[in-house]
Amino acid sequence: MNRVKDLFKSTKENGRAALSMYVTAGYPNLDASYSIIKSAIDAGVDIVELGVPYSDPLADGTTIQNASTAALSNGVTLQDCIDLAVSLRAASPNTPIVLMGYYNPFLQYGIENLSKECGLAGIDGLIVPDLPPEESGVLQDALNLHGLDLIYLLAPTSDAARVEQVIRRTTSFIYCVSVTGVTGARSTIEADGLELVSQVKEETEFPVALGFGISTPAHVREASGVADAVIVGSAFVDKINNDLEGDLPKVIATYVDELREAL
Amino acid sequence: MKQKDKVGSNDRFGGFGGKFVPETLMSAISELEEAYLSASQNPGFLSELDSLSKTYAGRPTPLTLAKTLTKKAGGATIYLKREDLAHTGAHKINNALGQALLAKRMGKTRIIAETGAGQHGVATATVCALLGMECHVYMGEEDIERQAPNVFRMKLLGANVIPVSSGSKTLKDAVNEAMRDWVTNVSNTYYLIGSVVGPHPYPTMVRDFQKIIGEEIKEQLRELEGKLPDYLIACVGGGSNAIGMFYPFEKDTSVKFIGVEAGGSGIESGAHAATLVAGTPGVLHGSYSMLLQDQWGQVIETHSISAGLDYPGVGPEHAYYKDIGRAEYTSVTDEEALEGFQLLSESEGIIPALESSHAIIFGTKLASTLNKSDIMVINLSGRGDKDIDTVARLQNVSL
Repeated sequence: MNRVKDLFKSTKENGRAALSMYVTAGYPNLDASYSIIKSAIDAGVDIVELGVPYSDPLADGTTIQNASTAALSNGVTLQDCIDLAVSLRAASPNTPIVLMGYYNPFLQYGIENLSKECGLAGIDGLIVPDLPPEESGVLQDALNLHGLDLIYLLAPTSDAARVEQVIRRTTSFIYCVSVTGVTGARSTIEADGLELVSQVKEETEFPVALGFGISTPAHVREASGVADAVIVGSAFVDKINNDLEGDLPKVIATYVDELREAL
Repeated sequence: MKQKDKVGSNDRFGGFGGKFVPETLMSAISELEEAYLSASQNPGFLSELDSLSKTYAGRPTPLTLAKTLTKKAGGATIYLKREDLAHTGAHKINNALGQALLAKRMGKTRIIAETGAGQHGVATATVCALLGMECHVYMGEEDIERQAPNVFRMKLLGANVIPVSSGSKTLKDAVNEAMRDWVTNVSNTYYLIGSVVGPHPYPTMVRDFQKIIGEEIKEQLRELEGKLPDYLIACVGGGSNAIGMFYPFEKDTSVKFIGVEAGGSGIESGAHAATLVAGTPGVLHGSYSMLLQDQWGQVIETHSISAGLDYPGVGPEHAYYKDIGRAEYTSVTDEEALEGFQLLSESEGIIPALESSHAIIFGTKLASTLNKSDIMVINLSGRGDKDIDTVARLQNVSL
């Protein structure tokens, strides 16, 4: 069984893009993360990206930086993130779950051990924003051995040779970054990002996702016109921030409804 | 788990180094690598750098025999490599000049930099003023506080100083913010890194711009003593003054290299920045090197009296030197560094930077255990004027 392949097969058949959700694991706390994500899956989120908090998130804007810092001060570890995935997997057998995080925490856990534990937890893959294909061999080999995928990123600055290199190594889907910049909500989607998706799709059959800066139903509508999956990250974290004392699962479910309608 | 050893690969020092950066930056890094390779073989580029080094930065810097210090130590003869006499008061100008000329050659109009003690920020602001380039310097709020004179200097030179309030509000966080700026403005922006850290090709390129320190020492000592030194001593934060001093002697195996890190309140206190002494391998700011981190791979906050050494990472070439035993690394505490600061000021009439004071005190103590025939060179990487406020505050003197 391959959850990612099954999902994209089904969304393609239904003629829609998939909706992927990023949240920082353990923000505002681990229990809340579980209820928020569970509620989002029930409301129609197709892919879950669990953000592993890191002390030096240099590809992230302030929203995710702050969530990451808060999660770390709650004592959240990579082990907690894997354990959270175990609980989510029990609640949702078919939703693809990937860990997204910087390389050093994965490296310190031990690449072989990590791959094994992630496989046992029912995690489907890893996204590592500071691990370009030039450095990813060790991790990708270990993950593949345990049936997991390493998901590569492409940016508007990636030239044709880099696009080709990523396609050659891809086993699951490709994550296109919509902007030349860090994560965080923006007012519009840059044309560069949409163009990148179209270019990559011409070169490969693998599904192509678009993320970074996508925060409104209008963005989702625009992105889903070209991409096979639309990734919303900082906007979810902002929703959590804005309603810390409120009924977060409900707030998130309402937001997912709005985004799903725009797909 | 150790990275795959790629010995001989040009982006690695043994197993250390590499380029661990977001995809958005990968094309820019390749462009930089090519531009640097081409510039480093271009006679026009090299002669412009050489000319500015002489007529603007004040090279070669002197090698001063520290007579009183030598007498006090009562062992090895101590020489000081006077990087404090380079323009802007530290070795940082060597690298800033080289990289700014390269940026100009690449057609980049906007320069960004990070700074800890402010010495690299001042050097960068200086060359940007000289070459007419736009300059933005990221600096941690805590460092802005303890290095106020350098902040004012950068502003006088026309640079925009951007306070960084994330994380520990020091050098590490300034690098993070500079990286984020670079990711965002990569098309017109050149990131002028101040030390031998970051993704390839920075560690190699910055070393090459700093190796003039060691080359001059070799030449000067040949004239003064007719031989190679026995000991080279330098402080290590990111490690650029140390590698610049050591590298030209790499093949001269009789020359011992000792890097002195910031021991802060003592290694056992946990409040220090002694990465090579107490760290473990990991990835930070684009390279695989030694790192101060917890068991989960989170980078831990460091402490040092000197802002320029207050950094949890270190250049990958130092990690390699330690690994193969080519250099030794040790640390001295804040208190010892202050002792070195006082000692050099009184003995030689030279006020050293707090960073260099670490090397001074270690070197002097070591010299006392050596033979009179031994020759030691201590890299006086910077002058201490910027630290007057910090030291006065510690002595309860109000200026």
